[in-house]
Amino acid sequence: MQSLTLNQKLGRFIVNWVFLFLVWLMFTSTLFWQEVLVGAVLSMLISLASIRLFTCCTLSIFNPVKIFWMVWYFFVFLKLLVVANLDVARRVISPSLPINPGIVKFKTKLTTNYSKMVLANSITLTPGTLSVDVIGDTFYIHWIDVETTDPEEAFKIIAEPFEKVLLKIF
Amino acid sequence: MSILEIIGGVLLVIGSSFLFLGGLGIYRMPDTYNRLQAGTKATTLGGMSLVLGVGFLEPAWIWKALIIIIFIAYSNPISSHALARANYRRGHYPFIKSKDKENMDAYQEVVPHTKNKEDKL
Amino acid sequence: MIYIIYYSLALMALGMIFSAIRFVQGPTAADRTVAMDTLTTIGVAALVLLGYMFKRFIYVDVALIYAVLGFIGVIVIARYLEGAL
Repeated sequence: MQSLTLNQKLGRFIVNWVFLFLVWLMFTSTLFWQEVLVGAVLSMLISLASIRLFTCCTLSIFNPVKIFWMVWYFFVFLKLLVVANLDVARRVISPSLPINPGIVKFKTKLTTNYSKMVLANSITLTPGTLSVDVIGDTFYIHWIDVETTDPEEAFKIIAEPFEKVLLKIF
Repeated sequence: MSILEIIGGVLLVIGSSFLFLGGLGIYRMPDTYNRLQAGTKATTLGGMSLVLGVGFLEPAWIWKALIIIIFIAYSNPISSHALARANYRRGHYPFIKSKDKENMDAYQEVVPHTKNKEDKL
Repeated sequence: MIYIIYYSLALMALGMIFSAIRFVQGPTAADRTVAMDTLTTIGVAALVLLGYMFKRFIYVDVALIYAVLGFIGVIVIARYLEGAL
């Protein structure tokens, strides 16, 4: 693990603090001042202790352009999630069980670990695909209805809509 | 009936239908990977929309419902990925329907298939 | 409204029965774990819905903790099956 500069540490600390504090507010769902004070202190302590563990992102995450792309990503994801569920429903209900499973692989252009995790999780929830493993920049995907075994083609079908947006965020 | 109750009721029906389909998919699919596909996707959307429906019906609960939704959306893909990987490394290879059996399994370049696998769990 | 809740609970019970059958007869350990994961998610949703039906807020907290524990359990079983534990 590489050593972090003070700037990176401070950025991570503030991002973690803000997110943990938001989670605390959602948990207690009250704005009573004692609760808010305890939440602020506790989330500060936890984010201090876990600077090295939560490696999501630094202060640049609050850039409005990135926030816009995050919301956009959410809608892309939601649409594909609904499509995926209708697809699974069709396959499960039809009596002949129309599947043609197999494992394909493709390479991604993303570099950071966190963005690869987000991409893998999104792939798992989109139509007919389940990420089995990620090694370096190669994704191994179990596909319920294999259309092509060529990595480039598979990348175009499975991951392109997500990666375009993710490259703008991270 | 207010508009919130109508939205909540519709979300309840959608969510429980997908939860049922998840259970049915787990029962019908031929191997572990396909079961993971059906189970993960259907129960994720089903659970999310059902909990959101309850959040609409009882607006004071919406924040905690949102936490449950975020947690389901975050944890279900991770656990299914971990299970799929563990299952492959354990020596259970995916069920392949098509004729072209060699090219359909790209993961065997990482974890080579063992010929005589003993009877594992 | 109450009929919609009954309908949802009945559908969820059917789903739980199907995954319980898979849990009992699943040939490998991973199959049983998948079935358990599905049971956990359906159970979380059912707890939240029952909490709404009985007007008990505490059920939602129980559901949240159940989701967290189920997730940790699945991860631990997966690590064990992989031989890393």
